[in-house]
Amino acid sequence: MKRIGGLALRRLAQSVPVLLIILIGLFLLLQLAPGDTVDALLAQMGGGDAAVAARLRQDYGLDVSVPVQLGRYLVRLLSFDLGMSAIYGKPVASVIFERLAVTALFMSCALAFAFSAGLVLGVLAARRVNGWPDTLISTLGLVFYAIPSFWLGLMLIVLFSVKLAWLPPGGFESIGQGLTGLAHVLDVARHLVLPILSLSLIFLAIYLRLMRASMLEVMTLDFVRTARAKGLSEGHVLRRHVLRNALLPMVTFVGLQFSTMLGGSVVVESVFSLPGLGRLAFESVVQRDLNTLLGIVLVSAVLVIVVNFIVDLLYAKLDPRIVAR
Amino acid sequence: MTAHPASQGAPLLALRHLSVRLPKGADREFALQDVSLEVAAGEIVCVVGESGSGKSLTAMAILGLLPGRVTLDSGAIELEGEDLAALPPARLRAIRGARIGMVFQEPMTALNPLMPVGRQVEEMLEEHTDQPRPQRLARVQALLAEVGIPDPVAAARAFPHELSGGQRQRAMIAMALALEPRLLIADEPTTALDVTTQARILALVQEIQRRRGTGVLFITHDFGVVAEIADRVVVMQHGRVVETGPAQQVLHAPQHPYTQALIAAVPPLAPPPRAMAAPGPAVLAVSGLRKTYRSGGILAAKRVVEAVRGVDFTLHQGETLGIVGESGSGKSTVARMLVRLLAADAGSITLQGEDLLALNVSDFRARTALIQMVFQDPFASLNPRRRVGEIIAQGLRVHGTPRAEAEARVAEMLALVGLDPGAIRRFPHEFSGGQRQRIGLARALAMQPAVLVADEPVSALDVSVQAQVLALLAEAKQRMALSLVFITHDLRVAAQVCDRILVMQRGLVVEAGETATLFAAPRHPYTRALLASVPGRGWQPGAGAAALSGAE
Repeated sequence: MKRIGGLALRRLAQSVPVLLIILIGLFLLLQLAPGDTVDALLAQMGGGDAAVAARLRQDYGLDVSVPVQLGRYLVRLLSFDLGMSAIYGKPVASVIFERLAVTALFMSCALAFAFSAGLVLGVLAARRVNGWPDTLISTLGLVFYAIPSFWLGLMLIVLFSVKLAWLPPGGFESIGQGLTGLAHVLDVARHLVLPILSLSLIFLAIYLRLMRASMLEVMTLDFVRTARAKGLSEGHVLRRHVLRNALLPMVTFVGLQFSTMLGGSVVVESVFSLPGLGRLAFESVVQRDLNTLLGIVLVSAVLVIVVNFIVDLLYAKLDPRIVAR
Repeated sequence: MTAHPASQGAPLLALRHLSVRLPKGADREFALQDVSLEVAAGEIVCVVGESGSGKSLTAMAILGLLPGRVTLDSGAIELEGEDLAALPPARLRAIRGARIGMVFQEPMTALNPLMPVGRQVEEMLEEHTDQPRPQRLARVQALLAEVGIPDPVAAARAFPHELSGGQRQRAMIAMALALEPRLLIADEPTTALDVTTQARILALVQEIQRRRGTGVLFITHDFGVVAEIADRVVVMQHGRVVETGPAQQVLHAPQHPYTQALIAAVPPLAPPPRAMAAPGPAVLAVSGLRKTYRSGGILAAKRVVEAVRGVDFTLHQGETLGIVGESGSGKSTVARMLVRLLAADAGSITLQGEDLLALNVSDFRARTALIQMVFQDPFASLNPRRRVGEIIAQGLRVHGTPRAEAEARVAEMLALVGLDPGAIRRFPHEFSGGQRQRIGLARALAMQPAVLVADEPVSALDVSVQAQVLALLAEAKQRMALSLVFITHDLRVAAQVCDRILVMQRGLVVEAGETATLFAAPRHPYTRALLASVPGRGWQPGAGAAALSGAE
């Protein structure tokens, strides 16, 4: 346990500068884009004169130099104050918080599905390598990998919502029915089936290829030969000796892929009009809502760091050879 | 060797005319052809051969674990009278582990890195018996204690990487013995171990064979090991048994030309008499050389390994200086520091009167031609994407030799190391291990160095190839007036090649001296332990039948 504790401490210490670099980098990048929040507001209001624009800029603290704006933002962050959203007229923290739960649920379901289905299919394919299950699974994987998620989402809506009318075409829950308890859970689940499918299939394909390759590699290692020489049955060899060793690269990959998945959720949330972080990010970009956007990036970065932190600890737990170096 | 009542009735294991077929498109049709051998209870039978002889495949065939598409063609594998070749897979699985124990070469990779050692031993009992857990755990402790692991309770909990190589191999043996199999198959079980550890593991195998009357099929490439433990010997070449007989007979009066050639290639442990010329002027002087490896960062625990703790030596013109020692002795670190692949922490390396360590990087680079290195692994030390000609010429071109001249030198070097000039346009993977080591040598010699540092140059090679490469090295040394630093763990090779020897242990030189003196009268206890651990030290290879009575 001391080994994992040391590792945890070191990873935490590393994540602070990472967070800082992301924030500063993004802040400066957004400064390079033409137009600011006030331009976007004025465009929404149908225009205004220079005096109004100057007043608004003063109100939002946009009249001072860029380094000063950045400094103020970072200082406010220390007290978890993400600033006010110019578009929603609410504190950014509460805007994000309302949306976070949806995204967290959506992402964790998609990740869990992609990981477990990819793992099972990968193992099945590797067990009978070049047999018909392997060919079928690998072909299916390639198809999943080739379909863009937004198109898949639209097609799923056409098929399951429009033609068959089995599942709702969008949204997070049925509005105005006041469902509670199990009925509410089932309702949310019905809404999430299609988004989860369209986001996770591409990742499922990646995990399945990775798991298959990893299993095949581990099966050639000496200790697997030892396990067979011990007279273990093929199932025991796979479960006890191959699987855990083959999982190591998968676990690493989940951490690496998480940010890509978060990016993918922007598109899928928009297609299924899920009120999550991804869609909020998209809207904030369009409306030049700098504070909200920075808040979202901060939260996403923290999410990615947290997931990778967990993955690192999990890896250390799985592999006794990892030391806090 | 101990004489056992060879056979009372049927032998424990008998291979009868076994043939194993390779998949279509392989370089030959049969991996094993008409292999017949017998192992009686309480007998150690050594299967000897070079790489590609089919000796390991024989073991896998017995266990029914042939790799995919390699198939049993004909013949019988009889274990106590029962033909394993005819058994269905499930029956065979029940026999594996329970009646045949197996020990593999690489104790690091042969154990699952993610599973505690005790658990891996316990699996044997779990699979083949219905003992309850507490009884199994007690048995695991007893087994680990039996194979001589000092703290069985801790070792059972440890992961493989937390044990030393010797301890891992002991754990492997404990695992193989868990169900008291009548037959133990050991495939090069000591090849990856240090010589003193090897001696202890061999002693353990012998002890088990005597105590339990286990029959042992011991696969090895090392005739020293054969001389140490074998009751009978089976010599294999290209998948066929070429000679078989009692150990004394095969070792001292081999019949088949291949066996004779193999035994002749084994370097004798006694150093040959040397004409003691007056030592030439010093070429290379090393003093106070130190290296400490440090790891760890701000938040992690620091780990400090003092790899080399003050090494001094002088290499004279035309001399071969051996550095011998076991893994962790620091001998390879010294080699790397000599050519500045590693930065030394302290000390001086004086080459032809100039301190190399005091030079800055670009000045040193200009002098790299003077001191060149040959590496151990002929497979990993050549860039697979470059042609042999480029590999050899690269150093010359970097040092500003015109292209035409470099090409001429490459041709000259290839002729020197005995390779065909057409080799220039080929890639390293098209060559065998021995040929690749010749390429490595040609690359180093092309620079016309004054000093050549050879780090275990023949350790990865078969014994017959090893002899050729050593002969080549001696010839090149003569012809190019080289001085040689020769690093090896193999005392037999050191005895034949080196004029003087340094013995290193844990970063220090514990003894240094003329080879003949050092072998005849070792002073330091560690040197004595090393010499006493050389397998088959009482056997004089190549002495022939005449020596049969004279041998120890």
